[in-house]
Amino acid sequence: MGLFKFLKDKFGKKKEANNLENPAESRQNSENEVKKYDSGLAKSRENFSNRIKVLNKKFKSKKIDEDYFNDLEEILIEADCGVNFTLNIIEDLVDTVKKEKITDTNKINELLITKMFSNYYKDEDSNFVDLDFTHTPHVLLVVGVNGVGKTTSIAKLANRYIKMGKKVLLVAADTFRAGAKEQLIVWANRLNTEIVTGKDNEDPASVAYSGVKYGKENNYDLIIIDTAGRLQNKSHLMDELSKIKRVVAKEIKEPIDCYLVLDATTGQNGVLQAKAFKELIDINGIVITKMDGTSKGGIILAIKDELNIPVKFMGLGEKIDDLEVFDLNKYLYGLCKELLDDEDE
Amino acid sequence: MAFENLTEKFKRIFKTIKGESKLTESNMDSMLKEIRVALLEADVNYKVVKTFLDRIKEKAIGQKVFTELNPSEMLVKIVNEELIVLLGSDSSELHYNKSKPTIIMLVGLQGSGKTTTAGKLAKLMKDKLKKKVLLAACDIYRPGAIDQLGQIAKKINVPLFSMGDKVDPVEIATKAKEEAYNSHYDVLIIDTAGRLQIDEKLMDELKNIKSKVNPDEILLLTDAMAGQDSVNVAKTFNELLGLTGTIMSKLDGDSRGGAALSIKEVTGVPIKFIGVGEKLDDLDIFYPDRMASRILGMGDVLTLVEKVQDNIDEKQAKKSVEKFTSGNFTLIDMLDQMKQIKKLGSLGGLLKLIPGMPKISKEQQEMAEKEMQNFEIILNSMTYEEKIHPEIIKNSRKVRIAKGCGKTAADINKVLKKYEQSKEMMKQMNRYKKSGGLPPNFRGF
Repeated sequence: MGLFKFLKDKFGKKKEANNLENPAESRQNSENEVKKYDSGLAKSRENFSNRIKVLNKKFKSKKIDEDYFNDLEEILIEADCGVNFTLNIIEDLVDTVKKEKITDTNKINELLITKMFSNYYKDEDSNFVDLDFTHTPHVLLVVGVNGVGKTTSIAKLANRYIKMGKKVLLVAADTFRAGAKEQLIVWANRLNTEIVTGKDNEDPASVAYSGVKYGKENNYDLIIIDTAGRLQNKSHLMDELSKIKRVVAKEIKEPIDCYLVLDATTGQNGVLQAKAFKELIDINGIVITKMDGTSKGGIILAIKDELNIPVKFMGLGEKIDDLEVFDLNKYLYGLCKELLDDEDE
Repeated sequence: MAFENLTEKFKRIFKTIKGESKLTESNMDSMLKEIRVALLEADVNYKVVKTFLDRIKEKAIGQKVFTELNPSEMLVKIVNEELIVLLGSDSSELHYNKSKPTIIMLVGLQGSGKTTTAGKLAKLMKDKLKKKVLLAACDIYRPGAIDQLGQIAKKINVPLFSMGDKVDPVEIATKAKEEAYNSHYDVLIIDTAGRLQIDEKLMDELKNIKSKVNPDEILLLTDAMAGQDSVNVAKTFNELLGLTGTIMSKLDGDSRGGAALSIKEVTGVPIKFIGVGEKLDDLDIFYPDRMASRILGMGDVLTLVEKVQDNIDEKQAKKSVEKFTSGNFTLIDMLDQMKQIKKLGSLGGLLKLIPGMPKISKEQQEMAEKEMQNFEIILNSMTYEEKIHPEIIKNSRKVRIAKGCGKTAADINKVLKKYEQSKEMMKQMNRYKKSGGLPPNFRGF
């Protein structure tokens, strides 16, 4: 079954008929979640599937030619999907269309979406693996470049696990940026949870150490460590980060989760970021933030393509609840909704 | 350093063309294709790339590049000229009022660097232009934002105007303006909350602040790492607020910053400053022509000269030159020298500004910087006597010093060896100075 049809069947208008194995209640939940994705990604979609739709209309009674594919290329590149990724896909698409003499734009869209996402989609049917709480405390280290939304994402994550009944400790290991500690303290107060802080300019590794020690002694389920923003090309700051992980690993024998926070507005540099942080501290998840804006976050496709790091969560706003588990299928459906529905018209 | 990759790409392209005796239509075509991919990979907006390449094509053909003696140089010139047009044609300065406070408003998406840049701007105006500056905290939404600006204000010794996070930002800005007028400030910098350009409510808030305080400058912060969508962000901010300029932040990263450049093309709003680090001094004036040369790998000598003038303490420099040549060169002098160089910013950044130097690899740069750091750490663990008379450092002292700074005796030996080499060089230089020439291996300096 093609990806296009799969998405359509799973989330589209024919859902009821095809989703019999789900009990009514879970279907209700799933529908709500889909709605949340739907509205959160509304702006992203406007610039992606709507543009393709407009393009289709333009070529409704015209012959599909080079202009059509040039416009398609523009739409993909402007979604930050990456140059090589886009050029390869378009080239491939042109070949298939020529070979199979396809003239229907809907068919071309179907092909495009399958080609774009099938690689991503392969092993991702049940793609979300949550934190492992078999051994507590579990440690989550949150890293990223400056201004991507690490601290806000940490607050949202803490909220998620507190709601799940976990005892969550926050550790403010960003001792460098002015106001960073205060920002996390405000969130800790709002969440009514404890926080470990250090002095300004204290070695962040020593703050992380005290935090982990405190978390162990006080039976916390989860310890989330906030770190300073750092550009991945600054080797001394990257060294500092690996030191933090080393120090924590000395105290905690079980594997530590390391999440990279990535701004959806980031361009091609996102791949370099993911690569550098993965090489350094073995990132095993990505939180993509600011997805409620007009950016498409196409960079996650390139990252998946090159590095195979799964996106775990996405931020869809500034409120504490604006965090969603990243579900590729829902993401794709949210992004391509118009195209999928279009076929029925 | 920003644009590094683009610079290297262009260099490679020009090299291919250099290798051919003639510029043919087909090899120009391949060059344009490569430029296109390079620009797109640098996050320059798709449409901007298109117009840029059309202009290049038109110019190249119009000027009959094919018949020129050195076609590659001709193309470099055209690309360079067009890049300058793309980046903006002049260096754009801030507008200052003479008889009343100048009001500057900083706006942008979340995490673009508004608060840090507010501090950097304030410091620049206070230190370099001797202005009396007031910072106003109008971000009541993000937890810790006011604290952040407060801490920065304290660090640079500039007063902060804040009314906490329970007052409407429009009112805070209005009151801050009154305060700036009443207390005769030269400049008022208003820091606002980050917001999405599609958030109507928050965009209205900015419009209201604008109409109340009537700012002289409304500056949009753009992230050097931003992707294709940054053009839409800038467009909307510009349409709703009428921007007077943009500031590109995080250019010290390895992003190529292309999107921020396309903002200039699409909105016509000039780039006025660039952020090049996390320290409060790390704000540079933006010069489009220099940046264009930098993209083309021609070096940025002018920026370097300015940096050197600002940072090197002249007296100190003179003193060390005297020490250099008098022969009484101690470890303290060596450390002083290193500190002077450190003041100039990262070694890699510095080398990049010197034409003919880009061949030093990133790893080599980093190693050189690490070495400098190591020296400082080791020297800091020595006694005064040891620094003045390094020859007294024997085994037991080495062990103690090594222990004190967490290094090995071998590391100490390295420092001492380097010191001996430097001292030897000084002596040589002294001899040559007396005889009036430069030693052969000093020509590069």
